[in-house]
Amino acid sequence: MTFYALTFALLGVGLYGLLAKRNMLKKILGLVILDYAVNLLLVAVGYRSGKGAPILLPTDDPAAFVRGSVDPLPQALVLTSIVIGLGVTMLLVAMALRLQQRYGTLDVDRMDRLKG
Amino acid sequence: MGTFVPFFVALPLLAGFLCLVLKRAAPRATPWISVISMAGLLVACLFAVARESAGVTFAGGWGVRGSGEDAFVVGIALVLDGLSRLFLLLVAVVGTASAVYALRYLEPEEGRPLFHVLFNLLVAGMNGALLAGDLFNLYVFIEVASIASYGLVAYRTQGVEVEAAFKYLVLGTLASTAILVGITVLYAATGYLNMADLAAAIGSGAVPRVPLLFASGLFVLGFATKAAAMPFHAWLPDAHPSAPAPISAVLSGLLIKTLGIYALVRVFYVVVGMDESMRTVLTVLGCLSMWGGVLLAQAQDDIKRILAFHSVSQMGYVLIALAIDTWLGVAAGLFHAFNHGLFKSALFLAAGSLERVTGTRRLSEMGGVFRKAPATSVGLVGACLSISGIPPFNGFWSKLLILIALVSAGHWFVAVLAAGAALMTLVTFVKVQRKAIFGALPVRLEGAREVPPSMVLPVLALAILCLASGLLWPWGVDGIVGSAASAVRARDGEPPAATAYVERIHGEVPR
Repeated sequence: MTFYALTFALLGVGLYGLLAKRNMLKKILGLVILDYAVNLLLVAVGYRSGKGAPILLPTDDPAAFVRGSVDPLPQALVLTSIVIGLGVTMLLVAMALRLQQRYGTLDVDRMDRLKG
Repeated sequence: MGTFVPFFVALPLLAGFLCLVLKRAAPRATPWISVISMAGLLVACLFAVARESAGVTFAGGWGVRGSGEDAFVVGIALVLDGLSRLFLLLVAVVGTASAVYALRYLEPEEGRPLFHVLFNLLVAGMNGALLAGDLFNLYVFIEVASIASYGLVAYRTQGVEVEAAFKYLVLGTLASTAILVGITVLYAATGYLNMADLAAAIGSGAVPRVPLLFASGLFVLGFATKAAAMPFHAWLPDAHPSAPAPISAVLSGLLIKTLGIYALVRVFYVVVGMDESMRTVLTVLGCLSMWGGVLLAQAQDDIKRILAFHSVSQMGYVLIALAIDTWLGVAAGLFHAFNHGLFKSALFLAAGSLERVTGTRRLSEMGGVFRKAPATSVGLVGACLSISGIPPFNGFWSKLLILIALVSAGHWFVAVLAAGAALMTLVTFVKVQRKAIFGALPVRLEGAREVPPSMVLPVLALAILCLASGLLWPWGVDGIVGSAASAVRARDGEPPAATAYVERIHGEVPR
């Protein structure tokens, strides 16, 4: 339970960084933290205390494998999620770089304000 | 029958890959690759709609294990049903129009092959989201489409475009994260990701209420942001006008529907199930968007920003219709989403042409364009009549259906709000027409010329489709929309549609 609480706290930290910070670099760090909090949550959901790594060898008995290992599905999801997170972060860094070259600042409040 | 389902994702993916390979060798071929891939999708969609084909494909030869009550799905499933067919058709029609439009529109700009790579990726992501049979793949395809759209919004790489894309990316990623956390919570509570398995588990009442409510809240947050419902709309009025015209058309015409409305309908009608609190939330979001969008649009002078705010407003109509939770309400909402895709993409393409003709996006600097660009003007007027709800255009019929559905369910107050917002929409578009199309021609525009035929044709074709889908409602269109609505919400007295969905997938024989 403590683990879940800490994961959600980390989620909150990422959210705060992404939304409240004006510096683009801090926003990006917030996004990275948010990504990892979600990944952690996914892995935690599949964790079974005292079970082994989910590696199925051809010689293993499937039933014993199910009883003796943690849930492998969230781990597969996390791999996908990490790749997506990497892509999004790279795109965000590239845009931040372009904006910095253009406006000479990383502060989103000092750029041409778009009227949302 | 389900064997050709992956084609809808594979074709644009292949086309995007080809564009990337041919980036150096044959950059001039890439726009045509896009046109061919979109035309291929259109043919396949028309075929699927005409045959009313439906089917399930399991990736890699996995499939259903167990039978009857204990059946569950292993692996990735792609599902084609009535709801998917309607939106696939919309994607193919608007995608084809935009690809043809992009042939000449993008000519002067650099980086064209990369544009077409992202364009095909965007379509592949949207089609994948429409066919995904499990929540995690829905998320993955939503991300594929979203990442492609972030890149396309920043395509011109000027300061304002990148700034809009940055904002769009931050809010879009937040929405995706909310969706992923929601999926995680549902998985933790049920142990399933497949929509049919989830629907069966939740339908049996075995899932505790707290995680279900928590996941529902996160899904509403995520999908409402993707659909740009107020108050989650802040990214749209910056992002949609910043993109090149064919992409504005795809973003406003397709993306907010496939990632927002479709996902909302699929998840809430089929998987989680609608209840009273959900209806209230959707009604409030819908009314806010409907009025907020139309009021904010009044203050704008930039034609593309006006159109973007009207996208928010029109999505409001779709949301209030979906919130009624009757067969007629769902059908009306889906029909309006379909119509909005047609007329809003026509409007955005026409706005791109107007920008080409007059050299500005400001309405106050335009005027008398009809004399210089008659064909584009006719298309624009047609789309304006459609969005304002003038009979016999399709916008009129879907708004009328929404009002009938609201009144027959007893929601008089919401119906009055909807009628009022429709009037305000009419006011805006009368203003647009008077300022841009008619009126005095400014001296500055004496030398203005009509855009090339490949930019006129898509606008006219979409405007004609707006008229045709209004006129042909009793002959064919009702069948397409009706089967889409029946896929998620049964008429009163019939067994629930979610049960039919579960039976369709669990009934598939494993290979």
